Amino acid sequence: MFTPIELADGIYSVGCRDWDIRDFHGYYIPEGTTYNAFLVTGEQNILIDTVKSNFKDELLANISRIMDPKNIDAVISNHTEMDHSGSLSAIMHKIGEDKPLYCSKMGAQNLKNHFNREYNFQVVGSGDTLTLGNRTFSFLETRMLHWPDSMFTYMPDEKILFSSDAFGQHYAGDKFFDDQIGDYIMPHARKYYANILLHFSPRVQTLLADVAKMNLDIRMICPDHGIIWRKDPSRIITAYDRWSRQEPVNKALVIFDSMWESTTKMARTVTSGIESEQVGVRLMNTRKWHRSDIMTEILDAGAVAVGSPTLNNGIFPVIADVLTYIKGLRPQNKLAAAFGSYGWSGEAVKILNKEFEEMKWETVDPGVKVLYVPDEDDLKRCFDLGATLAKKLKEKLNA
Amino acid sequence: MDKYECPCGYVYDPAEGDIENGIDPGTAWEDLPESWVCPLCGAEQEYFEKMD
Repeated sequence: MFTPIELADGIYSVGCRDWDIRDFHGYYIPEGTTYNAFLVTGEQNILIDTVKSNFKDELLANISRIMDPKNIDAVISNHTEMDHSGSLSAIMHKIGEDKPLYCSKMGAQNLKNHFNREYNFQVVGSGDTLTLGNRTFSFLETRMLHWPDSMFTYMPDEKILFSSDAFGQHYAGDKFFDDQIGDYIMPHARKYYANILLHFSPRVQTLLADVAKMNLDIRMICPDHGIIWRKDPSRIITAYDRWSRQEPVNKALVIFDSMWESTTKMARTVTSGIESEQVGVRLMNTRKWHRSDIMTEILDAGAVAVGSPTLNNGIFPVIADVLTYIKGLRPQNKLAAAFGSYGWSGEAVKILNKEFEEMKWETVDPGVKVLYVPDEDDLKRCFDLGATLAKKLKEKLNA
Repeated sequence: MDKYECPCGYVYDPAEGDIENGIDPGTAWEDLPESWVCPLCGAEQEYFEKMD
């Protein structure tokens, strides 16, 4: 529990900090997260979003520090995912199930599918304006950013945007605003983008263009996770523009796993080859790096080399895990190359090349496969593979 | 011509097509190229349902 924070006159942050969570559906969050919910008080009292179900008592306690939760007149649900809707049934039970629940068209469908109940759904869409007492809200549907139901709520008088998961970060700490935390928050925001929103980058571009056209004056952005952007909301908008363009930088990754250290030797040599061409490189062992941290590095990398031994005619299980995860998030504009050691059949390189093709990554070389343990000639081929990948990246960046 | 709805809520309306992705207005559902997927969520055509 924390003392509710007044964001503007009568508008409070009443959410909860989850200090303990580390695994957020497969995304590693070393500093926990927050589930932000917002209470707008006035002639009517409106709750925007809720928190994960195991925090419902804490949410109610936070609200109680400001007012009796029973006096909430309406709820706005920007997003159905359970970290934001999990306490909805508790809230609706408390305030009366006949109270209006404002959400998008897909929100109404998805909430029904989650709670199996007919609440008093009031569907709102892009451009709709709603006046409740002395407060005005407008809405912008942001379908597939990042669920079909996702929407933004904007308060034109206060110039506050409640942006659901967009612009969020998984961080729980003693800081609540961008001006308190400074640059420290940006790697968290970047990781969030890479792991949650990257897949929908073309939609982010469209959304940013739409918001620019609407000429919205945004004084504060309140996402559903992490800190609130009040000093400089444009900073995170500019970052989203950059990340969603997926423009590659002069940086390569070598992602690998190994069985008897042969592929490790190859990976280190590929890395040297990349560095010999003055391209920045990071060597990432999939047993040491969490898939979500690899994903964050993928975001702006221009080139990716993947190494896997062949195990039982396939690629290594951990490499398959990481590739499945990366593939789902659809990173674009990558050059790629594969390598790996094998004992008899050696399918791994072929499988990796097929994965690159399916991800629409440009494979720059057929790849290097080595029987058992690499000798000097084999390592020379690995070095050349790295150098070729780096040269192609430099050519692409200079084109 | 029939409209088709994606599980994510996107509706393919043949009258509008999907210009951003190279589908001209007037293109019937049956005439969409196999490679066309939902422009919002990426679901393949087999997941769409015909609307009443």
